[in-house]
Amino acid sequence: MAHLNEAATEQIKAICDRYKDEKTPLMMILSDIQREYGYIPLEVQEVVSDKTGISVAEIYGVVTFYSFFSLVPNGKYVIGCCLGTACYVKGAQQVIDKFSEILGIKAGETTSDGLFTIDALRCIGACALAPAVTINGKIYPRVTVKDVEKIVAEYKSKEAEA
Amino acid sequence: MALVNIKIEGIPYQVESGLTILEAAKACGYEIPTLCAFNHGECNRGSCRVCLVEATGARGLVAACVYPVNEGMEITISSPKATAARRASVELLLSNHNKNCQQCDKNGKCELLHVAQITGARENMYIGSKTPTYYDDLTPTIVRDTSKCILCGRCVERCKNAHGMGVLGFENRGFNTIVAPAENRSFINSPCIMCGQCINVCPTGALMEKSEIDRVDAAMAAGKYVVVQTAPAVRAALGEEFGMKIGTPVTGKMVAALRRLGFKKVFDTDFAADLTIMEEATELLNRIKTGGVLPMITSCSPGWVNYAEYYYGDQVDHLSSCKSPHEMFGAILKTYYANKIGVKPEDMFVVSIMPCSCKKFEKERPEMEEKGGLRDVDAVLTTRELGRLIKRSGINFAKLPDEDYDTDIVHDYTGAGVIFGVTGGVMEAALRTAYFVLTGKEREGVVFNEVRGFENIREAEFELNGAKIKVAVTSGMKGAKVLLDQIREGTSPYTFIEVMGCPGGCINGGGQPYVREVFLPNEDADIMDTYRQKRANALYTEDERQAIRQSHNNPQLKALYDEFLGEPNSHLAHELLHTSYNKNRVRFD
Repeated sequence: MAHLNEAATEQIKAICDRYKDEKTPLMMILSDIQREYGYIPLEVQEVVSDKTGISVAEIYGVVTFYSFFSLVPNGKYVIGCCLGTACYVKGAQQVIDKFSEILGIKAGETTSDGLFTIDALRCIGACALAPAVTINGKIYPRVTVKDVEKIVAEYKSKEAEA
Repeated sequence: MALVNIKIEGIPYQVESGLTILEAAKACGYEIPTLCAFNHGECNRGSCRVCLVEATGARGLVAACVYPVNEGMEITISSPKATAARRASVELLLSNHNKNCQQCDKNGKCELLHVAQITGARENMYIGSKTPTYYDDLTPTIVRDTSKCILCGRCVERCKNAHGMGVLGFENRGFNTIVAPAENRSFINSPCIMCGQCINVCPTGALMEKSEIDRVDAAMAAGKYVVVQTAPAVRAALGEEFGMKIGTPVTGKMVAALRRLGFKKVFDTDFAADLTIMEEATELLNRIKTGGVLPMITSCSPGWVNYAEYYYGDQVDHLSSCKSPHEMFGAILKTYYANKIGVKPEDMFVVSIMPCSCKKFEKERPEMEEKGGLRDVDAVLTTRELGRLIKRSGINFAKLPDEDYDTDIVHDYTGAGVIFGVTGGVMEAALRTAYFVLTGKEREGVVFNEVRGFENIREAEFELNGAKIKVAVTSGMKGAKVLLDQIREGTSPYTFIEVMGCPGGCINGGGQPYVREVFLPNEDADIMDTYRQKRANALYTEDERQAIRQSHNNPQLKALYDEFLGEPNSHLAHELLHTSYNKNRVRFD
């Protein structure tokens, strides 16, 4: 297994230090790492373990339990498809399947060009907009299977321009 | 302690407040079936749902292992609702279990099978999704099979309790949940020290030692000169495999059984324990004299050595360079002894019967190789495996006569060698000899009570020839971590430290018979607290019975040095009996 270089190790240690007075700091530390780096691989977990005294096995358990945490880097655009009850009855499954078909990846995976990740979400609290899709925080309401192609094209052209 | 009034099955009882229903019921003479609750709450997750009962004041059925009693509570264990629920819980566990009981070495000691029988679980009541199966047999020591795991969490807790940071944890969620080292790695490329404590607590066959009975069979079939040696702690526990009370010493019967199993010679590792003491005590005194690295730490426990290499690679110079006793014995057998009896070393096959699962790993270490690619030891069987081997061979263990070890060249052993099997024993044996070497006379009273017992860290101070030396003893890596952190910080006040990997030492090793209350109806109620002491007493009693109780007085050992090795720590002794350690072992490679 690769190990973090010194600079990266110091950054992770600094994140751990933010919560050194907390009784149960693990969730906060992991949340910050996920937000700031996009994923939490094992070599990072090892640093957190050394720093907090919580075993790597336990940290790995927490990371794999919550779908918010990721072990691998996400794509530049994370397509979050809500599969909560309201979205589901309005056809969210067909919507996420269409994303999968167009991008050639399953939910939880990232395209090889590193652009897109499909994320299956439970209820995101936007039931009135069902079926809802979020891409990097932007919400697409009442998405139909037809819309999917347009949405993907929108981001692809954005990339082509850049 | 405040008392509360409760009723169980309509009968009034007074019990201590704060107890769980399970504990209270036990105190009143009821046995509620349970799986995940273990050893006074060492594991208490309420996860298996096998102990469901009815209790007034609770919504629905409650898990007796986690629900506390309160004043006026009425508990019903035997209602149709509760019995049906417990049966369903077990049936659900079985629906995700591979059920190949005939092939499972845990059979007879399997708690899942036991609760299936007493709850009346029916076959194939639920058929549906299953957890993916992962099978890890890459280490020479532990086999992990998720198709038998019931996710009770006992191994997770034991690993953490014995060693501080645990290697095992729960991963993923829902049907995909498994218990594994991080990343579902094999034990071989995670920082598992292979002590085998997880095997000892696993209620099913999900965690087992890797059997080497086949290797022994093959060597016998190939006509090899197969000799066997038995570690001290085996004799204190083997009887349990045959229903004898815990703490029954069975040295004589064990020797008789081994002879009937076809071993050409039956030796006692205790002889090599004496040899270890000569080498280790000499090494310690040399380090003191020459200003070597101190404190020196014992190196008999391979689990402990693994830990030191994984977590304290910068401190391994503190470990004694001595190999563990059975490896020393293997080296002597394949050189000195083979030569004496006229057997070619390559035709000799050395089997060690050990209370330890990690010895299986230790014997495969590259450092344990002899000239010509031979191994010091060729196969290691645990106490449990020996039990199975004896049963398989149609030997009625209880009816065997008491026989003596083979005595031709390397038999005699001392009381000091016997107590190696319990925490503090190596220290005590070393002190007996160090005292003599330093003062030139035997100490009055050979027993060093200060280093006996089961407290996590015990320390003592002795005056040897005017010089005061401070020593410490620990077992389990939780204590070792404390002592090693002191060394790293330069604040360690000790000269000599004994560390054993398993809590309580080898008598509680990862290869010893399972201690499960549910299968021990004739033992005392507090057996989970006292079994280690009982096994230890068996060894201390044997020590007391020995005419010679100090390693340096072992007559055959003297002959071994005179005829072969020269003197302790000689060049030849270093070649055969000493080893080195890996400073750069990677935890997740």
